[in-house]
Amino acid sequence: MQEKKNQRSFFKMASVAVMMFGFGYLLVPLYDIFCELTGLNGKTGVTTESEIAAQYQPDKNRLVTVQFVANNASDMPWDFKPLVSTMQVTPGQLTAAQFVASNTTHTEMTGQAVPSVSPTKASRYFNKTECFCFEKQSLAAGESKEMPLRFVVDPRLPDDVKTLTLAYTLFDVSNKTAAN
Amino acid sequence: MSHEATHDGHDDHGPAKGLMRWVTTTNHKDIGTLYLLFALVMFFIGGAMAMVIRAELFQPGLQVVDPQFFNSMTTVHALVMIFGAVMPAFTGLANWLIPMQIGAPDMALPRMNNFSFWILPFAFSLLLSTFFMEGGGPAGGWTIYPPLSLQMGDGFPFMIFAIHLAGISSIMGSINVVVTILNMRAPGMTLMKMPLFVWTWLITAYLLIATMPVLAGAVTMLLTDKFAATSFFSAAGGGDPVMYQHIFWFFGHPEVYILILPAFGIVSAIVPTFARKPLFGYSSMVYATASIAFLSFIVWAHHMFTVGMPVVGELFFMYATMMIAVPTGVKVFNWVSTMWKGSMTFETPMLFAIGFIMMFTLGGFSGLMLAIAPADFQYHDTYFVVAHFHYVLVTGAIYSIMAAAYYWLPKWTGNMYDETLGKWHFWISTISVNVLFFPQHFLGLAGMPRRIPDYAVQFADWNMISSIGGFVFGLSQLMFVVVIYKAIKGGKKATDQVWEGATGLEFEQLSSPPPYHSFNEAPVIK
Ligand code: HEM
Ligand SMILES: [Cu+2]
Repeated sequence: MQEKKNQRSFFKMASVAVMMFGFGYLLVPLYDIFCELTGLNGKTGVTTESEIAAQYQPDKNRLVTVQFVANNASDMPWDFKPLVSTMQVTPGQLTAAQFVASNTTHTEMTGQAVPSVSPTKASRYFNKTECFCFEKQSLAAGESKEMPLRFVVDPRLPDDVKTLTLAYTLFDVSNKTAAN
Repeated sequence: MSHEATHDGHDDHGPAKGLMRWVTTTNHKDIGTLYLLFALVMFFIGGAMAMVIRAELFQPGLQVVDPQFFNSMTTVHALVMIFGAVMPAFTGLANWLIPMQIGAPDMALPRMNNFSFWILPFAFSLLLSTFFMEGGGPAGGWTIYPPLSLQMGDGFPFMIFAIHLAGISSIMGSINVVVTILNMRAPGMTLMKMPLFVWTWLITAYLLIATMPVLAGAVTMLLTDKFAATSFFSAAGGGDPVMYQHIFWFFGHPEVYILILPAFGIVSAIVPTFARKPLFGYSSMVYATASIAFLSFIVWAHHMFTVGMPVVGELFFMYATMMIAVPTGVKVFNWVSTMWKGSMTFETPMLFAIGFIMMFTLGGFSGLMLAIAPADFQYHDTYFVVAHFHYVLVTGAIYSIMAAAYYWLPKWTGNMYDETLGKWHFWISTISVNVLFFPQHFLGLAGMPRRIPDYAVQFADWNMISSIGGFVFGLSQLMFVVVIYKAIKGGKKATDQVWEGATGLEFEQLSSPPPYHSFNEAPVIK
């Protein structure tokens, strides 16, 4: 009797433990959804040109400074920098910028750039139609490449935000690509 | 009752002879003893690492060990102390005391009990074996944040498996506690009649069952990030290292309450005995414990104020954290009210319990300072944090364990311990532990970062003082071993009640030492 009851309680508690293990994994998609909804983490939005035309009125009375920053992850030897480091941008207007990457090594390599916008509360208002960060970039030994970026700043950007910083970190993903 | 339990119970045989008794035992008292001795051994292994840390920090510059080894000392010291010393010690106390305090013949799942103990020596051998591997022991901090922790050498998977094993052990131990408390209470032992140690352990066990698997998940993700090309925490593959911190602290903050709730139960048993008054506010103690446990799930990001959260997040976690101080304060006031106008005497367990109340509260205050988000930007990752958590853990959790050892040792062994030596142990420990940790507040406020082997010369004086306190504290723990050894060997016989003011089934209805099998017949609860 007692032992049966104890066994039943054991299985109940053990299944809670198993569920919580699953919950740990469930936190991963929850985290992504949460970040996307709130724009936390500096994650930027993606949009298309037709959406921009339909949605945004360029706000000709306002200029926002957009700064570009390029970083390398610690084990990434490429040269990586923006062509211009600061731009004055009209909210609502599609704007283009360029980054340059050169593979300074003697082997072909693949890189992946990961963007982040600060201040975080502005990241929701920064949308891209085209970005080299959408895909992995492969460069042959010694090769250089100009990489395009087209973006629009949502005119609803809060008034107190005068400057936006878009930072990219470039990672070496050559090994991961080879494995896939 | 089952066949086996009947067989075990009815003939009043003692323990089996020889070493195999300890390997195959399913007796809650034997397993309690094993846990406690294991914890004591780990306490000294972790303590030896702390001595290396304090020796290196005795003076600025690098003189004793190289920086990589220093970092592995801080990392493994924490892992050993948390998972190897404090948690097993509490589980050992639970094994010894819960069946006796609720009038049960044994733990509900005795064979699993044996298993959950014997996993531990393997887990910690695995962890310590990493020191002998290419790349050395884990050195990225006990929180094993990626990407740094992923740079560990060959020992990495061994460390992860060690954490898995220790986690499985404590989940099984907790399930045993829950099932025992819910199913095995003597007739008449209602929930609201249970001693607070039983209550706090019940709630702790739920916390463990809910959070240890989350830690297991997080470290499994680290493992697959390193070996199976997943990118949970690697930005290059679309993951996010900050997410690790969220998952880790979702476990980590409840974990710090796992390390302190049983202590609350112990102090709530000891203070009434030596004040010779019943505990003030029993039911408020139960509710305070439950609300602390609940709140501990919604404050985790106070460990991450500086990762770049939005202001709303900072505010939420700041206020939620401060709210925990309310039920904690309720407890402290209840203990003080219990002592108020009591006929107090100051035997060693009471000294440790009062030391706990005073110094744990101090740690709570520094916690409140850290909870102020804008202030934490300065304090975070400095020695101020180190001072905070050593006040709550050493003079909190560890002091409660020592208090418990002194309080129940005569019950367990039947012999009084050496009171003079016990008092010496208390006073030398208490003076030296404050010399050790109080200056670390100043170091932290002045900006000395934690987890560094070398420091600017402006920090030299307080570090030297802190190290001296550390060496004295470390050595004085040998007295504790002598006290335990002597009490096991013999000494003045303890009465069944042991202490004049002691209450509870183990003191009122069992001999000192209790028979190998106690409460085969359920006791009558008044
Ligand atoms: C009033 C109660 C408490 C408050 C308000 C509090 C608050 C905090 C805060 C804000 C931090 C983060 C500091 C930082 O990293 O910048 C912290 C760290 C810590 N606390 Fe507490 N705390 C409390 C009680 C406790 C208790 C009871 C324990 C354990 C028994 C504990 C153990 C720790 C540990 C181990 C850390 C450091 C973790 C690490 O980074 O390695 N705290 N506490
Ligand atoms: Cu915390």
